[in-house]
Order: sequence, then structure tokens, then C-alpha cells
Amino acid sequence: MASVVSRRSQRLREAVLGYLLILPALAVFGVFVFYPFARNFKLALYQTPPFPGLPSHYVGLHQVGQVLTSSNFLQSLLTTIFFVVLVVPAGLLLGLFLAVAAHRHLRGIAVYRIIFSSTVVSSVAVAALVFGTLMNPVVGFLPWLGINPHPPILENTTWALPAIAVMAVWQFLGLSFIIMSAGLSSLPEEVLEAARVDGASSWTTFWRVTVPLLSPTLFFGVVVATIYAFQTFGQIDILIGSQNAAYEHVNVLIYNVYTTLQINGDPGRAAVLSIALFLLTLTLTLVQMRFLERRVSYAS
Amino acid sequence: MAQIVFDQVTKRYGDVRAVDDLSLAVGDGELLVLLGPSGCGKTTALRMVAGLEVVDEGTVAIGDRVVNDVEPRDRDVAMVFQSYALYPHLTVAKNLEFPLRQRGVPKEERERRAVDVARTLGLEPFLGRKPGQLSGGQRQRVALGRAIVRSPKAFLMDEPLSNLDAALRVQTRADIVALQQRLGTTTIYVTHDQVEAMTMGHRIAVMDHGRLQQVAAPQELYDRPGNSFVAAFLGSPGMNLIGGRVAVEAEGGTAIRTAAGDVLLQGAQASVASHHEQPVVLGVRPEHLRISPGGALEGTVLLVELLGAETQVICELADHSRVVVRQQADQARPRLGEPVRIAVEPAAVHLFTEDGSRLEEKTAA
Amino acid sequence: MPAEPVSDAPGAAAVLPAEGAVPRPQGAAPGEAHRPTPRAGRSRRRLRLVARYLLLTLGALVVLLPVYLTVVNSLLPEPALAHQPPYLYPSHAQWQNYSTAWVGGHLSIYLRNSVIQTAIIVVGQLVTSILAAYAFAFLRFPFRRTLFLLFLSTLMIPFEVTLITNLDTITSLGWYNTFAGLTVPFLATGFGTFLLRQAFLQIPRDLQEAAALDGYGHWRFMTRVAVPLARPSVAALAVFSFLGAWNQYLWPLVVTGNNNAVRTVQIGLKLLVGTNVSSVNVTLAGTVIAVTPLLILLIVFQKQLVRSLTAGAVK
Ligand SMILES: Nc1ncnc2c1ncn2[C@@H]1O[C@H](COP(=O)(O)OP(=O)(O)O)[C@@H](O)[C@H]1O
Ligand SMILES: [Mg+2]
Repeated sequence: MASVVSRRSQRLREAVLGYLLILPALAVFGVFVFYPFARNFKLALYQTPPFPGLPSHYVGLHQVGQVLTSSNFLQSLLTTIFFVVLVVPAGLLLGLFLAVAAHRHLRGIAVYRIIFSSTVVSSVAVAALVFGTLMNPVVGFLPWLGINPHPPILENTTWALPAIAVMAVWQFLGLSFIIMSAGLSSLPEEVLEAARVDGASSWTTFWRVTVPLLSPTLFFGVVVATIYAFQTFGQIDILIGSQNAAYEHVNVLIYNVYTTLQINGDPGRAAVLSIALFLLTLTLTLVQMRFLERRVSYAS
Repeated sequence: MAQIVFDQVTKRYGDVRAVDDLSLAVGDGELLVLLGPSGCGKTTALRMVAGLEVVDEGTVAIGDRVVNDVEPRDRDVAMVFQSYALYPHLTVAKNLEFPLRQRGVPKEERERRAVDVARTLGLEPFLGRKPGQLSGGQRQRVALGRAIVRSPKAFLMDEPLSNLDAALRVQTRADIVALQQRLGTTTIYVTHDQVEAMTMGHRIAVMDHGRLQQVAAPQELYDRPGNSFVAAFLGSPGMNLIGGRVAVEAEGGTAIRTAAGDVLLQGAQASVASHHEQPVVLGVRPEHLRISPGGALEGTVLLVELLGAETQVICELADHSRVVVRQQADQARPRLGEPVRIAVEPAAVHLFTEDGSRLEEKTAA
Repeated sequence: MPAEPVSDAPGAAAVLPAEGAVPRPQGAAPGEAHRPTPRAGRSRRRLRLVARYLLLTLGALVVLLPVYLTVVNSLLPEPALAHQPPYLYPSHAQWQNYSTAWVGGHLSIYLRNSVIQTAIIVVGQLVTSILAAYAFAFLRFPFRRTLFLLFLSTLMIPFEVTLITNLDTITSLGWYNTFAGLTVPFLATGFGTFLLRQAFLQIPRDLQEAAALDGYGHWRFMTRVAVPLARPSVAALAVFSFLGAWNQYLWPLVVTGNNNAVRTVQIGLKLLVGTNVSSVNVTLAGTVIAVTPLLILLIVFQKQLVRSLTAGAVK
């Protein structure tokens, strides 16, 4: 009897300790992740009047519909998708290319590996300033190369977004290289050798063996790259800003959330946009999982 | 089909000579076993034939052609890897077809040949499965199938049975021998398992530290080991090696004087060790030792191991070296710690120099 | 394949030297006529090697060119920036650009702030992650699975989505423009908890039982056994947290006010653009200053960094 009681009390003690240990993290998540996430759904139902100082009032789903059908939102959505299309494939393919080139035991290869992964430490501000200078019409190297559109690249409605994308690809390249390299070195060496002995050329081996075996890594890379692209904010804020002529053409969703909240002071609208951004991320991740999973799970 | 010739082949990894001055010819249609302890360079030698490692010195030839600078895919050899190295994303059928596809064999013929091979190996029910859904033995057979499906000039097998359980290993061993016999394809078979080597090889090449020690037919290797390494490596347990010196006795006989007693030599053996006081190593297999009151060597029983049909008696000699005596299970077993005398069968004695090479008997001429 | 029965051992051996270690294959150097000149093959290999190095170097140039030009520009005097053709190396380096950026751009304050902010976040994330991961790996309590999934779900919610309310919360707590406001929202991480839990699960249960028999309570087991054993993962998480914290941009931008009390270096860089001190060369000097600590970090901790960034990439 005594032992039953003591075992029960021991269990209880273990459970209490468990809750105590997760409490600090849970408290932070509760206040700064779950609560604000949930509150977005409430904020979305309240409209902020155009004049400061007046209380916001309940409008229900009216505002949601209004925002989601506004040309501002649709343009923003298209811009975001266009940006993702510019960044994700380029960032991943270049990373894969460099990783394949560096996947060899050669003299000095460690130096190349550090160089290729180096952009992973560049912050958005650093990347923005580096590329801002390169694309500056006065300072720049582009005029020297004969590339000098009017208006200048970063104020040009056609070229501003691709320019930001180039910068994003450069900045993402380090991470992409690291991910692809790790994937390559986890491949079973002997299977690739078997392909060579079985008569496959390097080209065939790459496409028929390496790429299929690498698909879990590629899948991971696509998800990471997409999320990275969705979160590109600082470059736009630093290099273009809301006063720029090209602003409308680089106004990706996340930047839209920021300007709506901070510049226009409209938390209701910003909340709707946040939810849209979240749902878009979630959907894309789920779709990618479903779509790619079939190709990924070669083991069973 | 072709012979494979290593001519003074060396392969280095940094300071390690993984393969050191290897010269060896594998005959057309022969099944040659490359045997040696782990790390002795067997895999490296095999991979140089496949073209997966660059040859540092010497030449490797397949057929009449030196292949040092030929790409693996142009060598027309098939390899069975220790890990099997199946394509995990392809079905069994596609795995079998892969080498044919690279050679541009039309689809229908590919499929026909894959099914044929699968039938031979009892893999037909699994053609639609992926390697992840197969047992170890089935995977092993797919790896074999992938090698035989394209009728290459040679098979290269790197410890293909080491991942199987004991019973399956014995079974598959026989299957591979039968298959090789039927196809008559030149085969190099790498293993560290001497039982596999003895039962499978037409000839066995023994390696140690990158160097070829001896190459001979299995029985010959066992009966006349070329040096003390081969003597000790083959057999389970291997040959007992006892240090001593030649003693040419006054009455004309020759003996080996060891710390545990004098072993008299007979006939041809005696002719080997003519040089008085010459240091030698005496080798004798466990089955050629007997516990017997009149035995030449003196020792103490350390351990008695019962193996069912046989018993192994491990004795310690005066110089703390150990010898193993094998006897039938029905013979009287000595007790632990008991002092015993051990008799040596004179005709079965091998003699080696101190550095291990065999002292050849002079044939009575 | 013609299944022609081929001579077995003795027959095969007949054509071959059958005795002892083969001294040299008979008819050595077989097929002299067919031997391709070894030199041709070797030079082909060498050519391929050279091509690969060229490719690697080209890639390195593309990656490094922007950085290199930044360093060059950061050393040029202002009028030289607009020179055509552009200078490809700083022929008369003007080092005072760096002191101007450092002093005029208040970089020393910003860097100090960044160090404090990053240290708080890294230590905080390590502590909360270790505690929670230990609980999820070693303790049994009701709803453990559900709670773990809840932790993982935070990975699905981008921080930007919580921006609006977090700003309100921080303001109403009176934390606007303080280190608390800058760091507290990031003191826990679902990714870190996941990473360390994986590491803890690698530790055999037997070890915990053995330690319990030795009188180790959970606390001592965690600090003396579990954490030391999981050190590679802990280090990986530390590097990962460092990188994330140091490079934060959006949150420091909205939560710091118009004075330098807690502004981080990333915001400082933005401010270098278009303030009085700023001319492009000085801004770029500031950029170089801001990124240098991280480059050193990369070179020293490359392994840990790679480990943290690829958790999940490889099965
Ligand atoms: N890629 C390699 N790099 C460095 N050393 C190697 C490499 N491959 C093999 N070796 C070394 O070469 C020797 C022979 O190895 P191996 O041929 O694999 O032996 P075995 O197959 O007989 O066990 C060993 O000492 C091993 O450590
Ligand atoms: Mg091996």
C-alpha cells in the first residue's frame, strides 16, 4: 500500500517538474506567439477610422472581404508570388550547382566551402547596403557595364523587384549551398559508384540517381527558400521605402503589413493582411509537402 | 570474359600503402578469392579493377587491355558491393534494368532479361518492390542479379555475404559458386572469412598490409603455407607457432630446441635446418598435436573448450606462449592446471625463418 | 550469355603461375599494342581537374565580388566613387572612412547594444530550450505529446504575423525602447527545443537509470550528464541563435525609438544611409564593420553552424 502511494506521489512529482521545466518557454510562446496570433482574428473584425484618436469599431467580416478584394491586396499578392518565383528556383539551383562543384576532396576545397557559405552571415541590412551601392546609378558599376535604365534600377517599376530578387538570391546562396552540401554528403557513396560501374555517365548519374536520392534535401530547400522569400523585408525597406516611385511594384505582403500598420496606422487592415500571409505560408508548405512527399519517400 | 592482371600495382593513401606492389593474374573464368584481415587492402585492389580508385603505380589489365585510364563505365565489369548499393528509389525490376538501360538495350529486351534474371534468383514476386521493402537476403540477390544481367567480362564481389545471417550465408555461398560455374565469368571475390575462401575459391590470394602473401589452391595453401602469416591466418584456430633453434645432435639427428622441449625432425624436414643454432619458428597445426605422456613438449592446461565433436585444449608452455591441441571429443580430457606433455606429429611440422618465410625442404634428389 | 562450362580451378590455373606468390604475371605487360598511352589518360584527368578549379573559382568570384567591391568603395575618397571607369582596387586608401563611420555613425554604441541584445537572446534561448527539451525527452507527464506539438506549431507562425499585437504588448508593459522589449519575445524557440530534444533522445535511457541509482536527481543528471553529452547540438543552437539575433531587422526597427539607447547595429546601418555623416563610402565602411564579427564567427564555428542549419535537411 505504502509503495503504491509513494509511486503515485513520485509520478506526481515527475509531472510537476515536467510542467515547471516547460513553463518558461510556454509563457513566452503564450504571450508573444499564441496570443497575438489569435488576436489577429479579432483585430481583423474591427475597423480603424481614418482619423487618429477615434475608437475603432466592430465591422465583422466586412473588412476582411474589403481587404481581400482590394486591388492593393491583389497587387501585393501577385508581387509576392512573382518574387517567390524569381528567388526560389534560382537560389536553390545555384546552391546545388556550387555544392556539386565543391563535393570533391581537392586541395583547398575548404576555402571554397567557406566562401560559398559565407553569405549566410550577411544580414539584410548588410546585403541591402552592399547591393544598393552596386546598383546606385552614380557610384555603380552597372553604368560602366552599360546598364543604366531610366529611371534608375531601384526606382524603376520594371527592374526594382528583380533587383531585390538578385540581392535575395545572393543572400540565400550561402544557406542553399550549406543545405545542398549536407544533402550530398549524406548520400550513400556506394550507390553512386554502382551507377558508374553500371555504365552511367556523370550526367546520367546526376539526373537518374543523385537528384532522386537528394529529393528530401531538395524538398527541405524549397520550403526554407519559400519562407525566406516571404520574409524578405529589410532590403525593400532600406533600398526602396514607401516614398519610392517603384513602391507599388515591390510591395510584397510582408512589407504591406508593415506599411499598413506603421505608416498608415491601421491595425485592422494589417491584421487581415497578416492572416493572409500566414495562410499563404501554411498552404504553400502543406501543398509542397503533399506534392513533393510522393516523390520524396523513395524508401517505401 | 577475360583474364584480369595486376602488374606491380601500388595504391597509396597519404603514407599508407593500401596496396603494395601487387602482381597477380586471374584466369579467364576463374573464381579467385582475395583473402586477408580487415584493412589489408582487398577492397582497394578490387576498386582499382572497377576503376573507382586511380592506380598510382603499375598497370591493371582486363582482357588484353590496360585499363588504368579507362572510365568505370567503359570497363564492362560488374560489382557487388558489401552494402549492396541498390538504387533505393527504383523498383527491383528497374534496378535490374539499370545497367542495360545505360547500354542502350531496347526496352522490351531489357524487361525480358530482367525477368529472366529475377526468375533465376527467385526474385520474380518482388519485381515491383523497392529495396526498402526487401529482406537482407533478397537485397543481396538483387545486387547479384544486377551484376549478372548484363553479362559483363568480370564480376567483382566485395564481401557480398557479410551482412547475412549464418545459415543464409552458407546457402548463398553455394548459390554463388554454382552461378559462377554455370556462367563461367571471371570473378574476384573479396572476403576476410577463411571458410568462405576455402569453400569457394578456385585459388585464394592472401593479402596482409597491402602485400600479396601467397596465391594457391585452397588445399595447397592449407598444407604448404608460404609464410608464417598465412600459416597462422588459415585454419580455425590457425597454426601453432613456436620459437626455437636448430640443434644438430651428435648422433646425427636434427631437432628444434624450444623452451618447452626438443622436437625431433624427420626425413626431408631435417634437411631444411642444417645450420646449428639457426633460429627458426616451428609451425604445427592443432590437429597434429596430441596430449601424450611421451610428448616432446611440456606445458600446463589453461583452458579446455568443448566444441561438440572435438575438444580444444589450450596449453601454456614454459615461455608463456600458448598452443592449441585439437582432439576428438571421446578422448580423455585433461584437467585445468594439470601439467601435460604434448606430442608433435613429425611429418606435419612446418619450419619458418624468424621473419616468417618458409624454409623449403630440399626434395630428396 | 553462352553458359559454356569453363575449366575449373586446375584448368584455369594451368595457364597461370600456380606456385606460391606470383612473382610477376607471365607474359607481363600483356597486350602491349592495346596499351593507351598512360600520359593521355593522365592529362585528361588533369584537364578535368583544372576545369573544376576554374568553375569553383568563378563561383567564388561571383559570391565575393559584391563584398570585394564594397571593401574597395569603403576605402575610396568620396569623389572617386563616381569615377568612370570605376576603381577596382583602392589605390589611395582613405582609412578615415572607418573612423568617421565608427564615430559619426555611433557604431560603437550600436555594436554594444547588438552584443547585449544578442547575448540575452542566446542565453535565454539556450536555457528555455534545454529545460523544455529535457522535460519532453526524459519526463513523463499528461499531455506531453500535445504540448510538444504546440511547441512545434510555433514554427509555422511567422513572427511578422504577430507583429501588431506584440508591439501593443511591449508598449503597454512599458518596454518600448528597452532591452526587455528587444529581447523578451525571443526568449523561447520551438526549433531549439526540437533540436535539443532530438539530441537528448539519443542518450540511452539506461544511463539515466544508472545515474538515478548513483543518487543523481533530475537536476544533476541534466547539468552533469545530459547537457554535456548533447554539447554539439547545444553549440549548434547557440550559433544559430546568435546569427538570428544579430541579424534581426524588422523587430528592432519597430520597437526602438528615436534615440540610441538600445538601437542595434542593423538599424544603425540603415540610419547611416541619408544622414549627415553619410556618404556612400562611410556607409560601406560601417557595413564592413558590422559584418566582420560574423565572418569571424563563420570561420571559427563553421561546423556548428552547418549542423544547426541542416537539422531537418537530411533524413
Ligand atoms: N579513401 C581512403 N582514404 C584513406 N585511407 C584509406 C581509404 N580507403 C582505404 N584506406 C586505407 O587503406 C587500407 C586498406 O583498406 P581496404 O582496402 O578498405 O581494406 P580491406 O577491404 O581489406 O578491409 C586501410 O588501411 C584503410 O584505412
Ligand atoms: Mg573491405
